[in-house]
Amino acid sequence: MPHWAPVNLPAAFLLHSITPGVSNMIAKLAKTCTLRISPDKLNFILSDKVANGGVSMWCELEQENFFSEFQMEGVSAENNEIYLELTSENLSRALKTAQNARALKIKLTNKHFPCLTVSIELLSVSNSSRVVTHDIPIRVIPRKLWKDLQEPTVPDADVSIYLPVLKTMKSIVEKMKNISNHLIIEANLNGELNLKIETELVCVTTHFKDLGNPPSASEDASQARNPEQMAEVRIDIRRLLQFLAGQQVNPTKAVCNIMSNKIVHFDLLHEDVSLQYFIPAFS
Amino acid sequence: MKCLVTGGNVKVLGKAVHSLSRIGDELYLEPLEDGLSLRTVNSSRSAYACFLFAPLFFQQYQAATPGQEALRCKILMKSFLAVFRSLAMVEKTVERCCISLNGRNSRLVVQLHCRYGVRKTHNLSFQECESLQAVFDPALCSHVLRAPARVLGEAVQPFPPTLAEVTLGIGSGRRVILRSYQEEEADRTVKAMVTEMSIGEEDFQQLQAQEGVAITFCLKEFRGLLTFAESANLSLSIHFDVPGRPAIFAIKDSLLDGHFVLATMSESDLRSPELHRLAPPLQAHSTPHLDDFANDDIDSYMIAMETTADIEGSRAVPSVSFSPGHQPPASPGPYSEDNDTEPSIEPGTPPPKKFRSLFFGSILAPAHSPPGPSPVLAEDSEGEG
Repeated sequence: MPHWAPVNLPAAFLLHSITPGVSNMIAKLAKTCTLRISPDKLNFILSDKVANGGVSMWCELEQENFFSEFQMEGVSAENNEIYLELTSENLSRALKTAQNARALKIKLTNKHFPCLTVSIELLSVSNSSRVVTHDIPIRVIPRKLWKDLQEPTVPDADVSIYLPVLKTMKSIVEKMKNISNHLIIEANLNGELNLKIETELVCVTTHFKDLGNPPSASEDASQARNPEQMAEVRIDIRRLLQFLAGQQVNPTKAVCNIMSNKIVHFDLLHEDVSLQYFIPAFS
Repeated sequence: MKCLVTGGNVKVLGKAVHSLSRIGDELYLEPLEDGLSLRTVNSSRSAYACFLFAPLFFQQYQAATPGQEALRCKILMKSFLAVFRSLAMVEKTVERCCISLNGRNSRLVVQLHCRYGVRKTHNLSFQECESLQAVFDPALCSHVLRAPARVLGEAVQPFPPTLAEVTLGIGSGRRVILRSYQEEEADRTVKAMVTEMSIGEEDFQQLQAQEGVAITFCLKEFRGLLTFAESANLSLSIHFDVPGRPAIFAIKDSLLDGHFVLATMSESDLRSPELHRLAPPLQAHSTPHLDDFANDDIDSYMIAMETTADIEGSRAVPSVSFSPGHQPPASPGPYSEDNDTEPSIEPGTPPPKKFRSLFFGSILAPAHSPPGPSPVLAEDSEGEG
């Protein structure tokens, strides 16, 4: 029995510029994702389900950076949020049409089925007006499931390091994928990061140097640690590649946090969009 | 037959073949007085495509060796397509293309004269066959719209490449609407996204249709002609009538013309209530009898085909394919054939193999027309030489 909340939740916002890059990125990561709408933010959420291989993602946009008009009304005053589940590819396809938009409107509607209606008025050479409407079917997620969709807490990292150019990383990992299913990502506080694969026949390591480390949160932790010592995590190479494949443009900021043998956390900032991606250690 | 294509026209010919390959697996080649005709039809007979290249398209054009009859043949589409597989390569390297029919050893010879003296000769085996003719006449369609192919190309851009069917109609304010058509399946857990594109009347060179009319046809097949028309920078006309009647997509310039005839879904096939959102549908000529339709198969619509045994046309052999179900409306307009006897359909038995003509009139030249009206109720005789 499907979980429908009454879809009398008005949420209308007008965007004057939105990069379809975000939704493209997400479409490459997972088939379905959750969209959380709150008064000041929009979040795209992938929770760590078995189907995703334990990977989780949290993407955040401040609404004031994107929307010229934003209205929403959540389930109730205390829970002023809306959680929707949709097929990521639908959203990325809908927003792709918006690349030449004069105006874009996104609304929650209920036309035969609950949907997110993306309405785009296209720029055109002549005076003629063209309007594209995409009705993306959604599933409203009931309140009792919201607890699984909260922002993940980031444990203290053993090592934090700035990432190299993602395109370079991607082309290397793509080649490595042909040799092994697992990859070890390791880094130290000396600005060194290595990508390693090991099989019976061959070991391949790519070394990145002079990457720089972000200032650590706590002085004590970084003092105690030997800067040469590597923190490593062994992960499924396809999950890393999925993540890298979605990065079309080099982000403004890209940090990698490694919790030895536990999890690797990518923290990116693309202009006004923040993206966090967690890949657990391969057990 | 012997024809010589030179320069940029070789690529045009190649593009036409690519276009036709979207429809059918067999290419019917027929050299006529007014040009070389390339035709194909899909396996379910729900799509027919034809390109006619005028003699002026060729540097040399000879329909038939003097004293002999012109040979009609059909060849495997993929064999002919292989000659023009890479259009980029064709454009870069091919200077001349010579096509000739060698009746003696049953080979269609396609010779590409390329740069640096390279000559590629393809010997394609063919089968002599009847002329493939679809019965249709754009002039008899009530509605027509015409726009530059570029406009239509932009119109279909938002739709996913995998989308099978699309509904085209006139909405309020005389806007032309294209909407993705999804079959309603009650048990479908994940609904599909619905995309709608609305274009103002001012983008059309001709718009002769009332608000509320709409047809649903196969987008993938339409894209075949659209791509060609866009590359040739031509206008594309769409002639259509009531749902269920085939729609005719046409392009034309001084050297060639192309027609794609696609079946459209009838009103009973269109279960989606969304069609009615365009505007109240025409309560036109048809009163769909839902009980009469043998099955809900989406493919149960088709195009009337006629083949002639020989040029003399002494006796037209109505050789048609059949498709289960889908009888035309019981109260037909002035043009349709009078097929009012309906077999009783027993549950559990396969649908009767009876063909109903969906076309109005025949465009066969008077000399070739069959004696009297032809209620085509013949079994499929395809494959018989």
